[in-house]
Amino acid sequence: MRRRRYLPILAGVIFVIALQAVLSAVGATYYMTQVTMSAYYALVVIGLCLLMGYAGQVSLGHAGFFAIGGYTSAVLTTCNLIAWRESPWVCGCRMLGLVVERQDLYGATLLSFAPWPALMAALVVAGLVAFLIGVPILRLRGHYLAMASLGFGLIIYRIVLGTPLFGQADGVSNVPPFRLAGGLQINGRPAFRVQNYYLAWAAVLASMVLAVNLVHSRVGRALRSIHQNEEAAHSLGVDTYRYKLAVLVLSALLAAAGGVLLTHYNGSIGPSEVTVMKSVRYVAIVAVGGMANLWGAMVMGVVLNFLSLRGVFGTYDDAVFGLILIAMMLFAPEGLLRADWWRTALSRFRRARHA
Amino acid sequence: MDRVAVIQYCLSGITHGSVYAIVAIGFNIIYNTTGIINFAQGEFVIAGAMTAISLSAVVPLPAAIALAVLLTMLLGGLIELVFIRQARDASVLRLIIITIGLSIVIREAMLHIWDEKVRSLPFFTGTDTSTVTLAGAHISTQALWVLGVCAVIVAALTAFYRFTATGRAMRACADNRMAARLCGINERRMVTLSFMLSAGIGALAGCVISPVTQTQYDMGAPLAIKGFTVAVLGGLGNSMAAVAAGLLLGLLEAFTVSQFQVAYKEAVSIVVLLLVLVCRPSGLFARRGIVALGGS
Repeated sequence: MRRRRYLPILAGVIFVIALQAVLSAVGATYYMTQVTMSAYYALVVIGLCLLMGYAGQVSLGHAGFFAIGGYTSAVLTTCNLIAWRESPWVCGCRMLGLVVERQDLYGATLLSFAPWPALMAALVVAGLVAFLIGVPILRLRGHYLAMASLGFGLIIYRIVLGTPLFGQADGVSNVPPFRLAGGLQINGRPAFRVQNYYLAWAAVLASMVLAVNLVHSRVGRALRSIHQNEEAAHSLGVDTYRYKLAVLVLSALLAAAGGVLLTHYNGSIGPSEVTVMKSVRYVAIVAVGGMANLWGAMVMGVVLNFLSLRGVFGTYDDAVFGLILIAMMLFAPEGLLRADWWRTALSRFRRARHA
Repeated sequence: MDRVAVIQYCLSGITHGSVYAIVAIGFNIIYNTTGIINFAQGEFVIAGAMTAISLSAVVPLPAAIALAVLLTMLLGGLIELVFIRQARDASVLRLIIITIGLSIVIREAMLHIWDEKVRSLPFFTGTDTSTVTLAGAHISTQALWVLGVCAVIVAALTAFYRFTATGRAMRACADNRMAARLCGINERRMVTLSFMLSAGIGALAGCVISPVTQTQYDMGAPLAIKGFTVAVLGGLGNSMAAVAAGLLLGLLEAFTVSQFQVAYKEAVSIVVLLLVLVCRPSGLFARRGIVALGGS
């Protein structure tokens, strides 16, 4: 059983390496940039799949968590503390390596937070916000929860648009690369393309291991019982409210991590990441992958985001995701990547041909 | 604030609030017969206004509005027949997602038909500067139109629900779907009718407010949020309470604008929505203690 669980991970690793080999061999390494970005978006999708598919709670505000992560990290790593250079707090942080000095494009000296503490801060903020917002709204169900989460996403959007600290309509740019250990860094420049491709996939596969294990644990079973019948689960002694809250926080953390990493990769973040349409898009991707199908959601997260980033859908980008939502919910609510769906569709097709 | 300014803000609040009330009633009509919240409600309003704007170039204004309302009703009926009816046994989660998808597709279709330009219908009477003075405050003649039309819609709906056989049948479906079916009421037809009715009054509201607020393809979603806020504030399914709640939200927004930046106006309804959902999800005017929240 346990071995079967890790088989897809192994397949994933092989696929990732093969894809890189093929792309390098045909000289199409530029595709890797979009694959990398799509992989970071897939982190949001994995988190949302846990929340929607397994715990059965809708969220129309997940772009909000992505933005909380991305913006927190962007602001902390681009702010300039040079005016407070002498203050004991800043000196202390500098000695601990939390605050670093660097040169900006014009050679001026910038004193701002290092990416590591910024990442930690972003995760803490996102987790805390998810907890605080989850306490009241997870008591709601159905339409009420959908609208409340939509309202949360809209408020984050308004805050981003209205606050000069977040760059308003321009967003935050000149976010420095994220230097990891051993010379690796999250950096969008072409020279770092291959290593970033692998870093992004490492993040995705690590999240998948986490999510798959969670789903197959006691927690996962509790979540599925909530999805199927919350009252029954509750009466069997499952603390439904606590489980729902925990999954919301976890999925917010994954979304925020995706936001932080993509922001460092792109070097910027803007309000277009926070729109309602972005949140709806994540929901659409989870729906195509099959609500309670982590692998399906992850694969679709990468594929659909990749196609969208390549501009395949043109001006019909949003419309495509809207149509996907409708079609999936009408014809294949369990998702496309399921063997039984194909089997029934195939037999239906055969029957139609014979008739 | 002096007395005249207060009256001025009140009038503006009531004008916008009555439109929110109409959108909320649109939500309620569909909710009552199906138990679905139609996320595409705001798109009906914009589609109605946009169609009327295009038609007003060829036919006189009243005919253009009447045609636009009819066309939007057709759109509403079609949506029910093609999409909602297919998913009749689906869970709430699936139905929510279908209507969200519909709202996106309608919005994107409007973007491709009418591009992203801001348009508006001409003022029904007079020009954009003609006003009526009311207790020292000025009110645009169009605002009077908005108030009048909204009042007529509410009165006509009340009469329809109370005195016509179809209206009574719809109320019966809202009350107890199974019992209504046993009495020989064609429930599916009532659902289609409720989508048409909801689309129609949404379109009419969109037409009367268009000269005041202008119309753009993506204005449906914010309007839907406000309409939903109002519907929840009044208690989902309760159309009379929605009128009171709509005026309340309109006034609240108007006085927020008088005290804070305009940018916060949009946030008012969302904050109200979250507060109501958290503190009193059965609405301000709920008589019965606890109402089932969502459910499936």
